[in-house]
Amino acid sequence: MKTSYFIQEYCHIQNGAIWRNGESLYSNGETDFKTFIKAAYKTLDLDYSKFFKMDHLSKLAFIASDLLLSSDTEKNTALVLSNRAASLDTDRKHQKSIENENGYYPSPAVFVYTLPNICLGEISIKHQLFSENAFFVFEQFQAAYLHDYASSLLDMGRAEKVLCGWVDMDDEKYDAFLYVVAKNGIFAHSKEKINQLYQTPWQI
Amino acid sequence: MHSVYLSHNNIVSGYGLDAKDAVENIRNESTGLRSVSDAEILPHPICTSRIDSDVLQNTFMELQPKEAYTRLEQLLILSLKETIKASQLKLTDRVGLIVSTTKGNIDALEPQNPFPESRAYLSRLGEKIRTFFGFQNEAVVLSNACVSGVLALAVAKRFVLQGTYDHVFVAGGDLVTKFILSGFQAFQALSEEPCRPYDKNRTGINIGEVGASVLVTKDKALLAKESVVLLGEASCNDANHISGPSRTGEGLFRSIEAALKQSGLHANEIDCISAHGTATQFNDEMEAIAFNRARLQGTPINSLKGYFGHTLGASGLLETILGMHSLDQNTLFASKGFQELGVSQPLNIIETTTPKQMTTFLKTASGFGGCNTAAIFKKVFL
Repeated sequence: MKTSYFIQEYCHIQNGAIWRNGESLYSNGETDFKTFIKAAYKTLDLDYSKFFKMDHLSKLAFIASDLLLSSDTEKNTALVLSNRAASLDTDRKHQKSIENENGYYPSPAVFVYTLPNICLGEISIKHQLFSENAFFVFEQFQAAYLHDYASSLLDMGRAEKVLCGWVDMDDEKYDAFLYVVAKNGIFAHSKEKINQLYQTPWQI
Repeated sequence: MHSVYLSHNNIVSGYGLDAKDAVENIRNESTGLRSVSDAEILPHPICTSRIDSDVLQNTFMELQPKEAYTRLEQLLILSLKETIKASQLKLTDRVGLIVSTTKGNIDALEPQNPFPESRAYLSRLGEKIRTFFGFQNEAVVLSNACVSGVLALAVAKRFVLQGTYDHVFVAGGDLVTKFILSGFQAFQALSEEPCRPYDKNRTGINIGEVGASVLVTKDKALLAKESVVLLGEASCNDANHISGPSRTGEGLFRSIEAALKQSGLHANEIDCISAHGTATQFNDEMEAIAFNRARLQGTPINSLKGYFGHTLGASGLLETILGMHSLDQNTLFASKGFQELGVSQPLNIIETTTPKQMTTFLKTASGFGGCNTAAIFKKVFL
């Protein structure tokens, strides 16, 4: 008999608003990502200077993960994130910096963010997680693969909890939905429930 | 619990279109790295290993493709084609596809590239490969920096054990592009000469290009002569720095310990190590520290980067496939480019091709984002 797992907590960041467990935490109606995420950082009272060096994808993943991990003492939490655009938002910046000979200015500080899993590194550093990491890319949100992979990590004892979800950043369009899978929680860890929560940030 | 095996495999590389071509050349300690002048990539010569464009194009056209495919798609398709054919497996809904890549069709961002920018989306790459062969479910694209290739094998095993699939084809590849080279050059990590992992006079990395693929299965009836069982695998983050490895080798050490524990083996039962060995000062030093902490300093170890350069999203997969052949041939492959130890801790670097009876090997990789992966394999047919 397989152990059943639960969704312990979840959060959304989209359209200038932040929700946690179905409740609105912050909303400023701001559509410009840079302005929005900076305001969110201030409102959430975070004090982490590395934040300002991050690219947009990492900032999005960082804020979303902090909503779920900052009060959690479990350190064996695996990180399993996914999205559609990988790191294309920053890839385009690096590409621009190498396009013509006269304006050739590739920067290590930009180049390092041309990998989607860098945001997993940023989360790991902030929360001191020496845990399993994986970054998947799908055409759209894929509950089934995330569900099976998280269950596998828990079944095999590779992690006590798994932070799962979707963090997509593509040319000003952004969308984050993260949830924690654990041995206790509010919802059953099923593909249907994951999809339902993904589609409805507000309380059901 | 089921055992999960690695079986039929293929490597499309500068050595040829088959894993055998690569294995033969490595046995002979013959590097695939060449100095190449290509002004479209970098203004000065680079040291790299690539597949000849005419050979690639001509071989691919024999498949009579119905639409235009990018260079990377051609590499992956050519490699997978052989692996699928050798397995004789029908692509039902029980067969999955994992594509391991760091940058995919990133060259589609170049203004002069004939493909639209949308081709740079990694899911598009997965979809092109999926539809070419007719896999029934969406491809899983794994993009986890330089550990992608070996992590993809761990992911495949986990999907098999979880019952998502019975068999998974894993394909890995990345291109040598201006995008990648300009970035590594900005880090001052590129060497203009063939790289020399762990050597005192090492001068940095080379970037190379391969397409590699393998069948991961729980079905013993589908095994190849060089098949191995994946006994243990783990991936641990350094939680330290996004572009520099941990000074204590923390994540790599933890990955090795966890993989050993799962495999049920002790460190002294590992017959050889296929390490990451990029030939940068920081990476090689970090690995030496981690291997010593894991009491593996006496175990024969190589880096195969001196043959191919760093093949990014393919590297962990490529080097695992070569590890399978190394076990099968009971031969330790030399760590090309090594002469004199250039790390602060002892390592038993394989200096020349050497026969040795072997049953197990450890594959490790580490990458940007602080990621590390270790996997332990055991020969099936002794």
